[in-house]
Amino acid sequence: MINVSKLKKGLVIDHIAAGSGYRIFRQLKLDELSDVVILMRNVPSQKMGKKDVIKIENHINLDLEVLGLIDPHATINVIDNGNRTKKIRLALPKRVEGILKCKNPRCITQYEKVQAPVFYLAKEEEKTYRCSYCDSPTQFEGGE
Amino acid sequence: MIGRHLIEPRDFSVEELEEIFQLAEKIIEAPEVYVDVCKGKLLATLFYEPSTRTRFSFEAAMLRLGGSIIGFDDPNASSAAKGETLSDTIRTICAYADAIVMRHPREGSAKLASESSNRPLINAGDGGHQHPTQTLTDLLTIRQEKGRLENLTIGVCGDLKFGRTIHSLIRAMDRYAGIRFIFISPDELQLPSYVKDEITHASFEETKNLEDAMGELDILYMSRVQRERFVSEEEYLRLKDIYILDTDKMEKAKPDAMILHPLPRVNEISIEVDQDPRAKYFEQAHYGMIVRMALLMKVLGVKEND
Repeated sequence: MINVSKLKKGLVIDHIAAGSGYRIFRQLKLDELSDVVILMRNVPSQKMGKKDVIKIENHINLDLEVLGLIDPHATINVIDNGNRTKKIRLALPKRVEGILKCKNPRCITQYEKVQAPVFYLAKEEEKTYRCSYCDSPTQFEGGE
Repeated sequence: MIGRHLIEPRDFSVEELEEIFQLAEKIIEAPEVYVDVCKGKLLATLFYEPSTRTRFSFEAAMLRLGGSIIGFDDPNASSAAKGETLSDTIRTICAYADAIVMRHPREGSAKLASESSNRPLINAGDGGHQHPTQTLTDLLTIRQEKGRLENLTIGVCGDLKFGRTIHSLIRAMDRYAGIRFIFISPDELQLPSYVKDEITHASFEETKNLEDAMGELDILYMSRVQRERFVSEEEYLRLKDIYILDTDKMEKAKPDAMILHPLPRVNEISIEVDQDPRAKYFEQAHYGMIVRMALLMKVLGVKEND
């Protein structure tokens, strides 16, 4: 068992579905931070069997939209002086801007540059979003 | 409604639509009152794909109000051919015209264009997506010919899978009380589930048999099976003439039933039905121009002369 010491100050993204941690790491561009960042994979969990956890030794602004999209069941703990001062539960965002891309080949956004296309949540259980321009459904698949 | 865009039918509330229809009714009663209410106003009609019927309807509407028009119906002759973005074109047109009507082959283009427009922009069809003034036309026709938009049994027949006009009509009529739909189509062209899911007030049933449904209908909305929607020519040929409304079937219809069709028709309504007083599809085209007159007056904020 590898031990990672408790954070004094920073953020813990906990209860990430095992396997999604690296995707979140990349999507949040955590490799670009100069702070200490730890990605733990396949950590034993009573509730989940296995989970991924990310610890960041600083208070940074996280893109909760992206996080909610990738793993709406993850939680964020804000740590100060070694204690948790805030817990944020995530949810699938009702509206996302600039993250998804419309897959409808006839949609105007395939032909004209749209800075940050907006999508609205259509079906929660399928993570389906509706393009605000052409109304076509698009599923979030994690993105690269 | 001054300055408002119309991208899809539900951009206007039922009350706002009623305001438009009331003005349309006044125009029908006394068109001479409105011959120069739009004098000095300029409408730009941007047709990125040809549509003679819709363009003429808008242009006739503006001219009958005493307004003027500029525009194109061949995108190769426009600045789009030089690579100008849609939003730049719209911004430029806004510097000249008081309102914009746009048809474009890409879905969602009207919404995108409206984001760059500080003049009212009316969607005259954005690919297979929306065509709100056709829906306004259908609603005005029903209101004028039946005297109401509530408590109607509406048969919708033909290509319910791809028919954009039909999807819009269903969504629009679902907002009125006491609506019952009968969807008549072959299995292959059934109404998609995402449209059915949106029906919240109306009741509906599905059948393959037009003849059996005829006697129950207050309105029969016929539609064309569109060749361009089919991948397989064989499939198209098999389905294109599956429903043909003829005088035999009309005998089964209610005496006060009403036949509508967005036009153009191919074979789905025999020409002898045109003589039947219940056939209202050519009146429908007239109502289309009237409702566009009322709409233009509302979004331009012009008042009738005292």
